[in-house]
Amino acid sequence: MAKKGEPIIEVEGIDTRFGDHVIHENLDLTVKRGEVIGIVGGSGTGKSVLLRTILGLKKPDAGRVRVFGIDFTTLPEEERRKNEQRWGVLFQDGALFSALTVAENIQVPYREHLHLSQQLMDELAAIKIAMVGLRDTAGALYPSELSGGMRKRAGLARALALDPEILFLDEPTAGLDPIGAAAFDELINDLKETLGLTVFLVTHDLDSLHATCDRIAVLAEKHVILVGTIDDMLRSSHPWIHEYFHGPRARAALAGK
Amino acid sequence: MAGLGQRSDKGERPQGAAACRIGIENRVLRIEATGDWSIVHLDPVDRELRAVTSGEIEADRAVIDFSGISRFDTASATVLERTAFFLGERGLKVDLTGVNDAQQLLLDKIDSCGIPEPVRVPGPPLYIEILGKIGETTRAIGAEARGMLGFIGGVMSAIWRTILHPGRFRMVPFVHHMEKSGFDALPLVCLLTFLIGAVVAQQGAVQLRTFGAEVFTVNLIAIIFLREVGLLLTAIIVAGRSGSAFTAEIGSMKMREEIDAMRTLGLDPMDMLVVPRVAALMITLPLLTFIADIMGLIGGGLVVQVMLGMSPAVYIERVAAAVDFWTIAVGLIKAPFMAAVIALVGCRAGLSVTGSAESVGSMTTSSVVRSIFLVIVLDALFAMFFTAVGV
Repeated sequence: MAKKGEPIIEVEGIDTRFGDHVIHENLDLTVKRGEVIGIVGGSGTGKSVLLRTILGLKKPDAGRVRVFGIDFTTLPEEERRKNEQRWGVLFQDGALFSALTVAENIQVPYREHLHLSQQLMDELAAIKIAMVGLRDTAGALYPSELSGGMRKRAGLARALALDPEILFLDEPTAGLDPIGAAAFDELINDLKETLGLTVFLVTHDLDSLHATCDRIAVLAEKHVILVGTIDDMLRSSHPWIHEYFHGPRARAALAGK
Repeated sequence: MAGLGQRSDKGERPQGAAACRIGIENRVLRIEATGDWSIVHLDPVDRELRAVTSGEIEADRAVIDFSGISRFDTASATVLERTAFFLGERGLKVDLTGVNDAQQLLLDKIDSCGIPEPVRVPGPPLYIEILGKIGETTRAIGAEARGMLGFIGGVMSAIWRTILHPGRFRMVPFVHHMEKSGFDALPLVCLLTFLIGAVVAQQGAVQLRTFGAEVFTVNLIAIIFLREVGLLLTAIIVAGRSGSAFTAEIGSMKMREEIDAMRTLGLDPMDMLVVPRVAALMITLPLLTFIADIMGLIGGGLVVQVMLGMSPAVYIERVAAAVDFWTIAVGLIKAPFMAAVIALVGCRAGLSVTGSAESVGSMTTSSVVRSIFLVIVLDALFAMFFTAVGV
């Protein structure tokens, strides 16, 4: 098994363009195994695009992405699919399959990739549902019957179905009430602790950053301008970082610690 | 208990995969878990452990040994925790040995989640379900008819308000929808009616030739197209093109709360969305029908010329002799009614979309199905009516 602290995601010199519009230019980022890294940046700085690039959903115009030390673009189809099972992704609104119940959603990876008895799949789905803090009756519900917060939790349960090594979260606390958001932060800390997850967290939520992140990467000016702990952020003299971490909302979030 | 003291590992399992050695000694059940217990290899051992906990156990104590496990995850923790729980239920005293810190953390987590009891609610028997479906559908049809009637009333009153205050009429969307559902439909309508006209003429000529009455092919084409087919074809094409577009447009606006936004701004969605669409379609469908009639006659004329050697001049003359004013009028009178049906069904389906994207899809489908159904029903009713009044 790989050790804690070694690089698990390596992004080297990524360029991303949409037509004439340059999103990323020569972007580098390294994520270490076992850490929770928060990605922050203003709207339109390409946080979600970076996430999609790492996941291989978007092809970068230049540069290289390696996850688990593997460049996925060079892998044959079969191998790639196998390695994609080693990560879990929570999309912004959960991205649950609308035709399936929550429990069936969680069982999709089991059904597709493994041979398990229905009984065991039901038990595992029930455990995952309990782990993310949903009531056990939620398993039989369809995504359209869930609230936004519940959908996110259900999406997280599906992302955790195969015990991934890396968990990608795209704005998990956006649109949640403060209590729900705090509970989500706690849940992520708890899961990281028990499952030894590496978490790649795209967020706007200052409270989340304080509560969960080991390191923070700031996206601005088309690349990562600073990676470090929250203290590094507070010390930084870069105007945007200063405003972000010293603004009125940031002070309020800090004061709560 | 079967397999006492034997390795329950079977030959086909990959090397190092999850295995458990199960045995009873001195009324102590020993379960030694070894190998890679990650979820990939879990199914066989899960079945074995399930067999143990549901079978007969001649023991007072149980020991589950974790020391041989090389990989461990939530799934294996679930299985082992469940096994321990069920053994406890059976009155055994259960000890877990050789558990390392990481495994303990996971076991505690699973324990705090509670032992899963997957509840599968058994459905009602089949005949009840069928009866229920019939009842539900009947009620839904009733509710739909009532809703539609209410909607028609709403649109009528909106149209009446527009007539009283012509300034309320939205000219720009009206023209826009005339272009989109009328002008843009022209190529498709022309091509299809031309082809159908040719096909009807060809089939008619072949059949009528056996009676030596092939000259009547012209009557066949002229009457069938002007009275029925021209309009029906056009109405069905328009229902598929524009009825569905109305539902999808209004439905996605409803989904994004644009309709609610309109209401809060003091705008009436009926005025803004429904009336222009209904009016546009009621104007364009008769026009399209007229063009469809012409194209059908041209298609038929071409075939007649080729197969029967009838010159265009003679063809036109014979068409003129075969039809009177009412033949054309019957076709065109029906058109605005069908247009109203298509537009009303489409708009109403759009407005009854609920929050989700999939309801836009299902509503679009049902709007097309419904409007085509109603168009044909309406046509049948008109046929009865015109027969009764003798035209």
